[in-house]
Amino acid sequence: MFYREAGQFKTDYAADQQIFPILQDRLFVLAVIAVAFLAVPALASPYLYTEILIPFLILSLAAIGLNILVGYCGQVSLGTGGFMAVGAYAAYNLWLRVPELNNLIVVFLFGGLMAAAVGILFGIPSLRIKGFYLAVATLASQFFLDWMFARVKWLTNHTPSGSVAVGHLEVFGWHIDTPADRYLLILGIVVVATVVAKNLVRGHIGRSWMAIRDMDIAAEIIGFRPLRTKLTAFAVSSFFIGVAGAMWGFLRLGSWEPLAFDINRSFQILFMVIIGGLGSLLGSFLGAAFIVLVPIVLNQLPGWLGVRMSTALLSHLEFMVFGAMIVFFLIVEPHGLARLWSVAKEKLRLWPFPH
Amino acid sequence: MRLRTAALLGAAIAAAGLTVAATAQAQNEQFIPGLIYRTGAYAPNGIPFANGVADYYALVNERDGGINGVKIVYEECDTGYATDRGVECYERLKNKGPTGAAYVNPLSTGITFALTEKAPVDKIPVISMGYGRSESRDGSVFQWNFPLLGTYWSAADIIMQHIALKEGGFDKLKGKKIVLVYHDSPYGKEPIALLEQRAKMHGFTFTPMPVTHPGVEQKATWLQIRQNRPDYVLLWGWGIMNSTSIKEAAAVGFPREKLFGVWWSGAEPDVRPAEGGAKGYHAAMLQHGSGQFGVHADLKKYLYDKGKGAAKWDETGEVLYNRGLVNAMLGVESIRKAQTKFGNKPLTGEQVRWGIENLDLSAARLKELGFEGMLQPLKVTCSDHEGTRAGRIQQWDGAKWVVVSDWYQSDDKVIKPMVDAAAKKYADEKKLSVRDCSKEG
Repeated sequence: MFYREAGQFKTDYAADQQIFPILQDRLFVLAVIAVAFLAVPALASPYLYTEILIPFLILSLAAIGLNILVGYCGQVSLGTGGFMAVGAYAAYNLWLRVPELNNLIVVFLFGGLMAAAVGILFGIPSLRIKGFYLAVATLASQFFLDWMFARVKWLTNHTPSGSVAVGHLEVFGWHIDTPADRYLLILGIVVVATVVAKNLVRGHIGRSWMAIRDMDIAAEIIGFRPLRTKLTAFAVSSFFIGVAGAMWGFLRLGSWEPLAFDINRSFQILFMVIIGGLGSLLGSFLGAAFIVLVPIVLNQLPGWLGVRMSTALLSHLEFMVFGAMIVFFLIVEPHGLARLWSVAKEKLRLWPFPH
Repeated sequence: MRLRTAALLGAAIAAAGLTVAATAQAQNEQFIPGLIYRTGAYAPNGIPFANGVADYYALVNERDGGINGVKIVYEECDTGYATDRGVECYERLKNKGPTGAAYVNPLSTGITFALTEKAPVDKIPVISMGYGRSESRDGSVFQWNFPLLGTYWSAADIIMQHIALKEGGFDKLKGKKIVLVYHDSPYGKEPIALLEQRAKMHGFTFTPMPVTHPGVEQKATWLQIRQNRPDYVLLWGWGIMNSTSIKEAAAVGFPREKLFGVWWSGAEPDVRPAEGGAKGYHAAMLQHGSGQFGVHADLKKYLYDKGKGAAKWDETGEVLYNRGLVNAMLGVESIRKAQTKFGNKPLTGEQVRWGIENLDLSAARLKELGFEGMLQPLKVTCSDHEGTRAGRIQQWDGAKWVVVSDWYQSDDKVIKPMVDAAAKKYADEKKLSVRDCSKEG
């Protein structure tokens, strides 16, 4: 009834090429952003910020990065954790060694650029290696990067335990102290990055990625250079992942060791992309929300309902229910949560008179 | 639509839960969070420790009616030894109770590092008893950290002193080969700095060998050890890594008498899976060992005879269970100390911090508490957040742990300059203001 584009006429190309051509979508997204920027800071508790919103937003950005590579360009990668580590440690070293540049935007951009450079390096084999074999090759990058940050002492400033810490963060004179500050900074970065990503994937670059994904030989014949296309995907993807890694270290943990970016992190983000939906930016957010929130909710749900059970039973239940939910969602909708959302939108168009 | 209703329902439940969690409970209660693990690769060691902690708090409530009438409310949260999950647990629990968390025991060096950054902001002290970052004993920089009873540098130093004593003096270590098999995490890396320093001083070769989490795959490491034939191997493991190391040592025929574990590698769950292979294995003691002491009689009377104990009765003398008791006791005594200044009411983390910093347990007081024979007297000060640096060495005889050494004191001539340098570096890096301990009362 309300969700219908009837009567919305496009009279110029700009109107036709908008990100959200339907007025209701546009209003909905603007409302979500307004709530995130204005209403959430007025209502949220520190716990909500630090343990739910901040991890959700940062991992969403990492999932967007991986989705560009896996979902849009079809190159399977298991090196996400390693690229996040590159972003975090590059940002740390710039922050530590060039104190004049104590501006988080600069620091994060540097982290992203370094990750992009490393991503290009490890993306070169993708020209020859495909599918599962590429996954194994990127796995090697994960292990190599893990090893490097644990062993090359200079990168962690020779701390005895290999754990690095940051403090006194600021952006153009704005001191990032409270969880609310951190949340707003992360939200700003994620919104900007998402708009950039959306415009990339719907423009000619994104179309070249999708051509490569769907059939690389055909794409080559119609004039896309596979090497350049694949490497741009690796670069852009790693850039986003690197920025996410830098934010994870600086704004989520504050103090971290290479273990924070181990192979489990790579799997976690790959699962986000698969559960959320390959080739969908919305799916990256939904997948991140699912993987971040569900375990925390499951762990606390019995307490909220007033059911008392032992800590051990609670943890075991959490694992079992979470695993069952992943299987359930993959069976119900193999294309991910984003597909469920678009099915819901289709139904909404016909509502209340489905035929 | 179905999805949307489900999402709304979920959001509503979450919102309701958060408000419930935020409301304060009864007024005369002191809330203490417990970051423990009863699941995952480290559960065999996490469970007895968690049981000891839970039992001691329950005992204080049952026997004394709380700390001077203030009941302890204790809530566990399973971290699985994962840093991000531990931080989530901490954030979840830090504001509970009328005054928030009294203090937090992270029970993981990685989580300790993460909480070190949060403690000054939240004003909740971090008690990392026998673990954590070694330089945090410098209270002038690490105002909120308390690595009570000993840091890893103390542990490594005590083991080295024992080895030197067996060899006939530190000068006899020249040319010896010493290997450290360590858990590749901040925990395992902590002792390296001290051992490198000692290697430089006495001229032995020191080789660190990392083992990746969770430590079930160590064949390559022990093959290397068999080839290099080191004189001694130090073990810095946790959870199943410990028992795997001991089994591998037996498999390659490395003499277990020359294998020395840190105090987190010296408990029953570490040696039992190796069965006969563990006989002769040495480990450092975080002061106390296994066995039953005065406090266990109270535990039996007030908890286990009434069926309220968290563990089984015959497990209550185990090393890690006892360590849980000690850990909880130090916290409770710190709150009691803080009550002498701030009154017998629930205290904030900031007030408890003062209590920990002024904690002074005499031998008489320890006897009163039933910890005689487990602990030596300790006194925490502003400049020394460790309290005491004493330790012994124990040996597994195939059935039980036997104390085989006298008390050692870690050598402050070696450690103090390292602590000062590391703490100063931390303060500079973080641009922290340093307290002047000579002005603290």
